[in-house]
Formats: sequence, structure tokens, C-alpha cells
Amino acid sequence: MSESVLSLRDLRVDFKTPNGLVQAVRGVDLDVHPGEAVGIVGESGSGKSVTFLATMGLLPKSAQITGSAKVGGVELVGARRNVLNGIRGKRVAMIFQDPLSALNPVHRIGDQIVEMLDSHQSLTKRDAERRSVELLDIVGIPQPDQRARQYPHEFSGGMRQRVMIAMAIANDPEVLIADEPTTALDVTVQAQILDVISRIRDEMRTAVVMITHDLGVVARVADKVQVMYAGRVAERTDVSALFKHPTHPYTAGLLQSIPRSGLDRLQPIPGSPPNMLRPPEGCPFAPRCTYAEPKCTAVLPELRTVGTSMSACIRIDEIDLTPVPA
Amino acid sequence: MSSTPLIEVTGLTKEFIVRGSKGIRSTRAVVHAVSNVSFAVDQGQTFGLVGESGSGKTTAGRCALRLIEPSAGSIRFEGQELVGMSKGDLRDLRRELQIVFQDPQASLDPRLTVGSAISEPLRVQKIKGDHDARVAELLELVGLSPDHSRRFPHEFSGGQRQRIGIARALALNPKFIVLDEPVSALDVSIQAGVINLLQDLQHQLGLSYLFIAHDLSVVRHISDKIAVMYLGKIVEVGDAEDVYLRPAHPYTQALLSAVPEPDPEFERTRERVVLEGEVPSPINPPSGCRFRTRCPKAADICATEEPQLIDRGQGHPVACHFADETLVTSWQSVHFERPMA
Repeated sequence: MSESVLSLRDLRVDFKTPNGLVQAVRGVDLDVHPGEAVGIVGESGSGKSVTFLATMGLLPKSAQITGSAKVGGVELVGARRNVLNGIRGKRVAMIFQDPLSALNPVHRIGDQIVEMLDSHQSLTKRDAERRSVELLDIVGIPQPDQRARQYPHEFSGGMRQRVMIAMAIANDPEVLIADEPTTALDVTVQAQILDVISRIRDEMRTAVVMITHDLGVVARVADKVQVMYAGRVAERTDVSALFKHPTHPYTAGLLQSIPRSGLDRLQPIPGSPPNMLRPPEGCPFAPRCTYAEPKCTAVLPELRTVGTSMSACIRIDEIDLTPVPA
Repeated sequence: MSSTPLIEVTGLTKEFIVRGSKGIRSTRAVVHAVSNVSFAVDQGQTFGLVGESGSGKTTAGRCALRLIEPSAGSIRFEGQELVGMSKGDLRDLRRELQIVFQDPQASLDPRLTVGSAISEPLRVQKIKGDHDARVAELLELVGLSPDHSRRFPHEFSGGQRQRIGIARALALNPKFIVLDEPVSALDVSIQAGVINLLQDLQHQLGLSYLFIAHDLSVVRHISDKIAVMYLGKIVEVGDAEDVYLRPAHPYTQALLSAVPEPDPEFERTRERVVLEGEVPSPINPPSGCRFRTRCPKAADICATEEPQLIDRGQGHPVACHFADETLVTSWQSVHFERPMA
């Protein structure tokens, strides 16, 4: 196995709030290898976005980050601004759910891409402009030379997200982190954007981290999946095993909650996620878990190998989570 | 199935006038949000309205309750015409017609306790009787506890707030409820509970739903019949399973094939109809078939003649000149008829 391009070790993020410390991320590990697509699945508040905002040094000062986040061997946690700036946009880039707020409304699209190129490469003005048009073409924007002279408000949501991807890949990064990039888009546009991301990964060998709540998106783009719950990794596995042999009751619960053919009745997960001001001791999913036993609430479970997967369920060998045929 | 539908919408059209300015000249444009849309919701059934943003599904839903005044068309509820009905008469009828919105955060007044939010319709309609008892009953009906009535909306999670919104919609014992993206803002594990609740309430209370959503798998799960909208028009309508398993309109096929299914093997092998381009502006919709600018099958006739929404041998109405030439592509049926792993 080749060296990982992105590697997180025991990453923790706490937020100081007037009510106390919110423990948003509580010890997350991850390895992403070149050309790999990793899906990060979780619901609101699971810490999936915060993990990667912390990695990118994009969190406010109220966030206390510990642990390690390395991109190509360079430590980013606690790194100085000039180190961060040398890595961000160059070796790792991130795109977000709402591309409009990430674009400057008063600058032309082409100029914004040129700015991205200028901050990491020394190109002549003409070369940078030519490259920005080329990038717009790569992400499938028609008439890229004309579109480069337009402003963000002249672009639709899907086209703006393509622009964001063009900016993200401008410096040929090793890792592209996509935080719910299609959540605000219609399904047919989502399909187009997911195709662009998959193509970039295939052609440029860019590793992709896809943060999403949509198991369908994971099934379409990811090879490996990390399921997050309450700031912890519940399960790490490859994408086909996730759907066939989930190794965590939370994953199994998610699979039972989505409508699918032949299923007359959905099975929701009872209760709601824990308050991260006071996360439960032991397994954070135990209060909602139908398989929970007293031992589950005793200690915070670590990931361990179960077949080809890694699971944080201590009862995994005693329970059967195979999806019930409809 | 009853012979007369509970609510019957015919030829519904809504045009919004947008005024702007170009230099010193004022401009006026017409947005064709909903154009000549007809559908009927049967007693105790769920009618799903799907489409992407700008398809007009929400406007159609609001027009059906006259929350937006339609530009033309007829809405008959239990045989009574709603269009042109006086305000007073309409207010009386509103007891029967309710709506649940997408964002329970925005649709609940943060300064009203849950109890007074739920009993507000009772006060508005000057219903006599014990409102507190009714609130307690409604809270229990939607799976919350009666003591929740003294709390405020911010003390609840998204899923609970949506249950409060549902309780308020049920307060007047309506017959018909428009559900406008009721679960879109919720996490999947929570969404499932609200969907189950809506189904239980329908069976218990004999409700009829107009379920508006962009999530096709949710709409399929809950609906008896489905209409697919594109740029203000219904392009295909029929029994939910029929439309999903045998989509005959190229747009329906593209829409269904765009939805990522939670099945990696299927995702890697499926054939997909990928749509190019974007939805045209509803200010200047294309002539003839509104989908023709993006349609892989478009021919000359599509620009000149608008395809009628009729059954061309598919078993359900489709608004496409070439619907009968559209082969049922294997991607859909293979997936949905395959036994679950």
C-alpha cells in the first residue's frame, strides 16, 4: 500500500461555548491513499464536517484542536499560517455545500481562478488566463472563454459548484475534500457534479474525501467508507461491505431507515443523537441501540477488526446485523 | 377507490408578473410557474408531486389550497369550486384543508408555546371546547408527550418540530393535507419516523395527502399515485410503481437514473441517462414540449406541437410524442425487481 496522502490520528476538536465544552470530534483516525475515494457518512452533528474543517485550519479560535492531521507528511494541526497556506489549495483543496458564499461576487470567475493559480504557481498572466479557461473546460462548463469573463451571479448553482471544483483542482492537489457538494442541488445536477468529481479522480489520480449524509452518493462515488456518530468513527469498511454486511448497529439502522423498493415500513432509529456537551460514557450510540447491554455503556469502544471491516461495536460478534430481506 | 376524487384540480395555471427596470424603462415579464396542470387526489390516498427546483410543484400545491391565487383553472373539493369562493366561505372550508411546510423552524412562532401554536387554528376558527385537552390528544397522536405543550419550539429537535407542525395541521380534523417537502430538512434516521407517522395518521384518520418532494425514493415509498413535473407542466402521471418501473417520458427516465441508489454494485453497472444543460427560464419556456431543449429524443415536431398528457399505450398518461418509442430501459427494472441482498 502506498503512502497515505491524508492521515488523521486521534484528531479531537472541542468548542468553547458559554454552556461548556462541546466535544465535536473525539478521536478520529483516517488514512487516504492516492487516487482513493473515501466516503465520510454521518448525520447532522456527527462531527464529519468539523473533522475536515479542523484539518484545513478553517475553524474559529473557539475550537481547540489536538491530535494530528498530516497531508503528504506535513503536520497541519498547530501549523503556522505560512505552512498552512503552502499546503491548502496546493496539496489539499476543499469544496463546500454552498458555492455562492465561497465565490467573491465582485470578481470575474476567470480572475478568481487566476488568483488561485497565482498563489501557488508562477505563471505569466497569459498562461494563467489560458489555464483558467482550460480548468473551466475540464469541469464541463460550456463556452469556457466567455464564462470566465462573467460574475458568480451569472452562474446557476450547478455551474457555480463546477467553478469551485475548477478552483480546487487548479494546483493539481493530491486530495480533494468535498463537504456535501451536491446537497443543495437537484438530482440531475447532482449526477453531473458527481460525474465531474469521479472523472477528476480517475484522470488526475486526485484522492477524494466525500462528506455526505446520503448513502446513495456514497454508493456511487466511494471505495471506502467511514461512518461517524457523535464525533467518533462507528465503522470503517469498503463500500460494498457497508451495504451487505454492516458491522455497526448505527449503520444497520441507517440502512433500515431509507426507503427502498419492497419495503412497506421504514424502521427509524429511536431517540436522537446525544448532546455533545455531555456525551454519554461508553458507546455513544448505546442509548438508541436495540442491541445495547450494560457493558456497552461502561467504556468508550475503540475500532477493532471484524472480518474486512473495522467496527466500534463491542457486541458485533454476538449480534446479526445482516439486512433483513424485504 | 371512490368514483369522485376528494380534490380535483383542472387546468391550473399560475403566472407571476415580475417587474424590473432596464435603464429608465420599466420592464414586465411573465413567469409561467404552473401551466395547465390537472390532477386529482382520491379519498384516503397519497398523491406525490415530484420535480426539481423551479418545476412548479410547490406553487401547484399552494394554489390547490388557494394560499396562492391561481391565474386560471378550477379546484373542486368534494364537488365545491374553490376558485372564486368568497373569503368567508373559504375560511370555513379551510378546516378541511391544511398544509405542513418543509422548515418547522420557520413555520413555528418562536415566542408561542407548542400548546398555543397547536391550538391557534382552534382559536382562529372559534372552535369551542377544551383546547388543552385537544392539544394533549394531538401531541400524543404525533408521538410527543402532553407535557411538551408548555415548552417552546427551540427546545425541540428538527424531527420533533416537524411532529408539532403535523399536530397543528391536524387540530381541525382536516380531510386533505398538503405536505410540502415535510421530511427534506431531516436526517434519514429521523425522517423515517416522520414518514411512518404520516402513514399511520393517514390510516387512522382517513386523510388524503398531496405529497410534494424532490426526493424520489421518499415519494415512491409514500405515494399511491405520482405526477412528475418539469417547468410548470406534468410530463407523466400514474400509479407510483408503474411510473417508477416503467417510466416512459425521457425526463422521468433521466430523473430516476440520476438518483444515486444505496447499492454500490448497481451504481457501478447501471446505465444512466445523463441530462445535459439546465432547466430553461420559466419566463420564456421553450415552444412545444418544454423539455425538448434537453431531450435526447427531440425532433422537429417537439418544437411545434405540444405533446398532450395522454396514455399512448404505456398504461399511464405521458406527455411525449415519442413515448411509445421509448423502450423501457433495463436499468430501472433490473434494480427494482431484484431481490434484496
